[in-house]
Amino acid sequence: MYRKQECVAMLLAGGQGSRLYALTRNIAKPAVPYGGKYRIIDFPLSNCTNSGIDTVGVLTQYQPLELNDYIGAGEPWDLDRTGAGVHVLPPYQRNAGADWYKGTANAIYQNINFIERYSPEYVLVLSGDHIYKMDYSKMIAEHKKNNADCTIAVIEVEMSEASRFGILNTNPDGSIYEFDEKPAVPKSNLASMGIYVFTWEKMRKYLTADEADPNSSNDFGKNVLPTMLAAGERMFAYRFEGYWKDVGTIDSLWESNMDLLDPHVPLDLDDPAWRIYARSVGSPPHWVGPRAHVQNSMISEGGVIEGDIDFSVLFSDVTVEEGASVRDSILMPGSVVKKGARVQYSILAENAVVEEGATVGARPEDMEDKNDWGVAVVAAGITVGAGAAVPAKAMQESDVPAKEVSGNA
Amino acid sequence: MRNVNVLGLVFPNQHDACLGGLTTHRSLGSVPFGARYRLIDFVLSNMVNAGISKVGLATKSNYQSLMDHLGTGKPWDLDRKNGGLYFHPMHMSDAAYSGRIAPLSEMRLFLSRSQEDYVLMTDCDTVGNFDYAALIDRHIESGVDVTVAYRVGKPPRRQDNLLLTVDNDRLCDLCIGGDEADSAAYGIGLYVIRRDLLLRLVEEAYSRNYGNFERDILQQRQQELTLGGYELTEYAATVYSLASYFEANMALLDPAVRRQVFLPDRRIYTKVRDCAPAQYGLHSTVSDSLVGDGAVIEGSVTRSIVFRDAVVGPGVTLTDCIIMQGSEIRADAKLGYVICDKNVQVCDAASLQGVAHYPVYVKKDMKI
Repeated sequence: MYRKQECVAMLLAGGQGSRLYALTRNIAKPAVPYGGKYRIIDFPLSNCTNSGIDTVGVLTQYQPLELNDYIGAGEPWDLDRTGAGVHVLPPYQRNAGADWYKGTANAIYQNINFIERYSPEYVLVLSGDHIYKMDYSKMIAEHKKNNADCTIAVIEVEMSEASRFGILNTNPDGSIYEFDEKPAVPKSNLASMGIYVFTWEKMRKYLTADEADPNSSNDFGKNVLPTMLAAGERMFAYRFEGYWKDVGTIDSLWESNMDLLDPHVPLDLDDPAWRIYARSVGSPPHWVGPRAHVQNSMISEGGVIEGDIDFSVLFSDVTVEEGASVRDSILMPGSVVKKGARVQYSILAENAVVEEGATVGARPEDMEDKNDWGVAVVAAGITVGAGAAVPAKAMQESDVPAKEVSGNA
Repeated sequence: MRNVNVLGLVFPNQHDACLGGLTTHRSLGSVPFGARYRLIDFVLSNMVNAGISKVGLATKSNYQSLMDHLGTGKPWDLDRKNGGLYFHPMHMSDAAYSGRIAPLSEMRLFLSRSQEDYVLMTDCDTVGNFDYAALIDRHIESGVDVTVAYRVGKPPRRQDNLLLTVDNDRLCDLCIGGDEADSAAYGIGLYVIRRDLLLRLVEEAYSRNYGNFERDILQQRQQELTLGGYELTEYAATVYSLASYFEANMALLDPAVRRQVFLPDRRIYTKVRDCAPAQYGLHSTVSDSLVGDGAVIEGSVTRSIVFRDAVVGPGVTLTDCIIMQGSEIRADAKLGYVICDKNVQVCDAASLQGVAHYPVYVKKDMKI
């Protein structure tokens, strides 16, 4: 039978992540590799298990195959639990018809039955596109202390950046009086992290009402939260301090990986008190060859490294041949950089191959026009032919033919 | 398809004595190896890769680390409803255990209740990726009573080698001897035998107070039993001393050896530790080394094996070393031909130097 749970977590993992372009062509955003051995979803799942939350529903919709496989029975996160545990919740057909998840609120609404079988007091809503370590139990404790109906996690951002975020304006006691979505002139610098705790009874009431409203787009941020605030429900902001990054774009994903190489960035992936768990591929230890140079980098198992690596994050089973150089880049699982190739400021997706002498990406200081600069991406399984060049900012989604070497090489 | 007709038996404490300090607190099977493994990982992975899904473990002493490592058997896919791992802790002298007959007799209930027609039994001292399925197939096809797996080459430096005379895959003679020969066919403690025959032979031997499987069964009854030989031609390294243990580890630095040990379709499994990828610092220089996840390297590392979660501080020079899990080599220390067991701390600017055939061994939890 299902055990009663004080809190059930619902993880919104159905988004396409269209701003990650080539990286989410065949996988959902939460399944995108991060940090040398993880995937983005490892962070919320590990946070749940470390916070003592045993029951997690993962709402999937876009390209779910790899994500489903990855979650499996949940044993890497210790979420293979009797009467609880992690559950993948895709949209489904019912008597009255079938719907895709129309919005974030609708996705939860369609799974009211799942939540109810645990008779929870609280429901924690999470998203699968942020890198952070957070003890949700503290947020729930504050929600209880405030006798709140909804608590929204917020992080202080630079005032100059505040207009890029959903900003919450609060009273001195932390209660929210206004939502300000991407304000031109922000009144505060408290940005919503997309993490909500709801008292379940209230949440069910508002979800049901929202579903009945034909004009609603069934979204928490656009519909449900403003409606609750207008109705005078008790809504509070919960301040989070620490590393938090939305990795929903190529640039932010690249930056956040690079943050791991900076000892001053407060994100320790190897803290025994707050482990980030991942499903392991079980490859042999990586080997660094006699003529390799490796500095300021992270390297994962299965790697065969014979070239020069600097300021880079290398995932499992990566090969870098002799004379190849990899700088300021992210090499996802199984990618290969052959002899003499040069990869700079780039992301190579899974099993991408850069053939001999090819170049991918460029350093910003080498650009004639800085506006043309950006991180280059080679999509999963794509081959960049020998001697070919993939420019900075490129989104390479098809094979690049080899370039004839002119003159005597 | 699972090969459900073979039962695996492992003797993790066999040859415990040969590694000195490495096996003071652990069985030979749980000796760390190759930056992330334990010796038993090779044996269990070979079994599982051949479709064996039920494995009995005859443990004698110091098996806490082994049980901790194996847990429910999940990493080897041995957390099975039917089958999986069966621990048989037993209390007996080293001599009785190493003879195999007493531990096999202790396990007779387990053996008699099992359904499999064949038993594959092995020690943990030989590292390699072996095709047990081919060995099993050969045993069944040939119809012999016992198949003795052997290797050809310089035998390990031991006085109790099983030396074989093989003719056309049949054993004509077995003797127990030393390592004088430059090249010989020698057994590696790996046998395939019908389960009912094994039970009968062990029972008869035990009732006559015989203790040694090789001497009192194979050798003594070689006229009445048909004994087959099966040469293992894959890469293998037998661990029979600290120096050979060191050498077997270092052999993994050779890409050709790794290609034979770490096969994509016959993987070597081990317990997962949830550590971050290895981190290389600002002034790290690493050359020809194997590095496990969670290691932090800021110094210089050459021809070394660095296990998971080991820390090599700034200014450190490591050459020809094995640094096990959780050990920390602090700033400016200089180590050559040193084996640091788990959780060793070597203080700032310390200097330790061994030689190739006599590496310095620093025992677990030591602070230098």
